[in-house]
Amino acid sequence: MQLQEERLRSLMLQSLTGDAASYRLFLGELTAHLRLFLRRRLRRLPEEIEDLVQELLLAIHNQRHTYDATQPLTPWVHAIARYKLIDLLRRRSRTDSLNDSLDDREEPFAATDFEASEARYDIAKLLHQLPDRQRLPIQYVKIEGRSVADTARRIGMSESAVKIGIHRGLKALAAKLRSVA
Amino acid sequence: MRTEDLTAMLVASLEPIDPRRTKRRYIIRMTGGLFGALCLAGGILRLNPSLSRDVLDTAFWIREVFCASVSVLAVLVMGRLARPGSRLGLLPASIAAVVLIMWTFGATTLLSASPGNRVPLLLGTTFAVCPFLIAFVAAPLFFAFVCILKDLAPTRLRWAGAGAGFAAGSIGALVYSLHCPELAAPFIGVWYLLGMLIPTAIGALLGARLLHW
Repeated sequence: MQLQEERLRSLMLQSLTGDAASYRLFLGELTAHLRLFLRRRLRRLPEEIEDLVQELLLAIHNQRHTYDATQPLTPWVHAIARYKLIDLLRRRSRTDSLNDSLDDREEPFAATDFEASEARYDIAKLLHQLPDRQRLPIQYVKIEGRSVADTARRIGMSESAVKIGIHRGLKALAAKLRSVA
Repeated sequence: MRTEDLTAMLVASLEPIDPRRTKRRYIIRMTGGLFGALCLAGGILRLNPSLSRDVLDTAFWIREVFCASVSVLAVLVMGRLARPGSRLGLLPASIAAVVLIMWTFGATTLLSASPGNRVPLLLGTTFAVCPFLIAFVAAPLFFAFVCILKDLAPTRLRWAGAGAGFAAGSIGALVYSLHCPELAAPFIGVWYLLGMLIPTAIGALLGARLLHW
């Protein structure tokens, strides 16, 4: 399976310069690609797919500075996806051996496709566990769609503190996601 | 949270990435590690008093070039291991080639020496401490490299840890050579290399724990 390498790569390069429109397109196509990638590899664990898609999106966002613009994009994305996938399987094998799974996958027709984009671990809830200096910037910028400058004024932080808050907050969120999953 | 909401949140918090600024951040940390290593070699171990005489010796420069070229290659390897999906290419083979060249120098030195001189050429006067002191001098560099790797995204953690250890060990050896009185090629090929490999092994052992993300 190949990403539409050329198209996604150019969207990624645009995104790295801060172009939000390209980034929206990029993340949309990336999400579809990751779902397919994981569906083929997590046939037995369909309920994990959407959680992992979200964890991957967050990881790719947080680590986007590690993409070398001279290199193809597909190996970079797949290496991250594989890393997180193995991490998940390792975590599961650790907890499964501790408490012998009681649910035994009793619902063969569970409506996984119906709610395909709803994850079990609610990032919104995890967001509330973050300290204010990280949570508020993310909430203002994200939920209310405000600009960084406006957010900075409202919560009485400098613009760079807002940016750092968002950056650190997303990293903390990725770490929390890893520990609850 | 729905995936679309997460995507919207990520788009809203997009900041442009300036690769030059990223690079500068790593150079600052690396300089910090180097400064720490120089402090250990110059402050605690003291510089070699015959350094000004040694620089006139070809053997001195063979040692320095050996350590420096391994250092450059090791840092490049570490840089590759720090990014998802990048390949090492010819770098491991180049490191092996540099080591082989050093061993060739060592072997010719031993062969051309009289039999009674061979053991001193190999063991010098400091072989028992040399590898450990190199690892000691490399410690601040190792710390700096682990900090850098934690900011990046290694996906093969054991290898990345070993890469950080090897880069720290080889630069550590270069710094340590300012203190070290040994110049003989056989000595460098064995004990310096061993000194580089101690932090490498430590990095491989700790990689999974230190670098997990």
